[in-house]
Amino acid sequence: MNTNLIMIIVAGALINNVVLNQFLGICSFLGVSKQMKASISLGGAVIFVITIASAVASLLYDYVLEPLGMGFMKTIIFILVIAALVQIVEMFLKKKSPAVYKALGIYLPLITTNCAVLGVALNNVQDGYNFIECVLSGFGTALGYTIAIVLLAGIRSRINEKDIPAPLRGAPIVMIAAALMSIAFMGFGGLPH
Amino acid sequence: MNKYVERLYNGLLKENPVLVLMLGMCPALAVSTQAANGIGMGLSTLAVLVLSNLVISILRKVIPDQVRLPAYIVIVASLVTVTELLIEAYLPSLYDALGIYIPLIVVNCIILGRAEAYANKHTPLLSVMDGIGMGLGFTAALTLAGAIRELLGSGKVFGAQILPEGFGMTIFIQPPGAFLVFALIIAVMNAIGIKTRQRKLVESDCDGNCALCASVCENKGNPEAKKGGAQA
Repeated sequence: MNTNLIMIIVAGALINNVVLNQFLGICSFLGVSKQMKASISLGGAVIFVITIASAVASLLYDYVLEPLGMGFMKTIIFILVIAALVQIVEMFLKKKSPAVYKALGIYLPLITTNCAVLGVALNNVQDGYNFIECVLSGFGTALGYTIAIVLLAGIRSRINEKDIPAPLRGAPIVMIAAALMSIAFMGFGGLPH
Repeated sequence: MNKYVERLYNGLLKENPVLVLMLGMCPALAVSTQAANGIGMGLSTLAVLVLSNLVISILRKVIPDQVRLPAYIVIVASLVTVTELLIEAYLPSLYDALGIYIPLIVVNCIILGRAEAYANKHTPLLSVMDGIGMGLGFTAALTLAGAIRELLGSGKVFGAQILPEGFGMTIFIQPPGAFLVFALIIAVMNAIGIKTRQRKLVESDCDGNCALCASVCENKGNPEAKKGGAQA
């Protein structure tokens, strides 16, 4: 595997972290990170769905939309494909691998409206990635999401034990924690591109 | 208060989508680097929200209940595509500044949230007013955060130099500043109205599903909605 492809994963996961740098998927990032276990399951489901969705969106764009000159329809097509895909993945897992379904099940429907999925698909098209690059970029981005949400869940379990000033309780202190994580992740910007 | 005016007040202050309901945080954090970007994003979202509320409210008796969410998504995605093409044609600089966040208005929690929680149960005129109120609330929150970030980050507001030349804490324009500024705005709002808002804030991050969050939070009495919230 050449280094360019590895860099796509590293860039997606760390340098341009999808949550801390591009602000996609904030709703679930702030909402689900309350519990560590749920965060890990959601992270797994997100890796699964974004990787598949990037692959399907890439094929669809390159072989259907672009040849027909309908590139401007990509937002509508992608969101429908993602919604359908999540349903299919859910049905498939339920039938074929109940153990995985049990772990990820309730988080799958939540992912349809996760803007990270659509965001990655649109970004890939904008960057002109080919099929393999799209899949790797999707995987890397989703990995970055999982790293961020699991780290935040860990921080929140410590925050819960502390005596926080009343106005900062709830959302504000979580966002301050996210800000500090974001500063830490800016350090990865120094990696060679 | 007139019920139409009440909708505006509701969207701007009482249930401000960003600062009270915590919906639409992704674009709010991402584009609030400058006050002007905040207004641009806010007004684009307002336009889509008003039209989607109008269309969905008109079609509320036509769309079968089982397929309502896919139908809403198609309506919203079409409106967003139209908006995107119009911005690209007439406001190219705004188009460059907002970038991928324009097509991502499709998955903005506020729009599907209002369709599900309000527009499919109310008359077209009330739904339009609700869209205007919520859109203005979104615009106000983004512009406020954008102005604060621009002022602290570069000493300007709307591009006009306010603080001395050379002043600037760049961190506020960079990603961490977005989290910090919104955290502090919400903390200040908590401090002012602590008893009324606190409960709402805890409930509003009740689940990870943007689209259903609004309806879950509105239908507190509904046992099924509660179950959905507890699962997440």
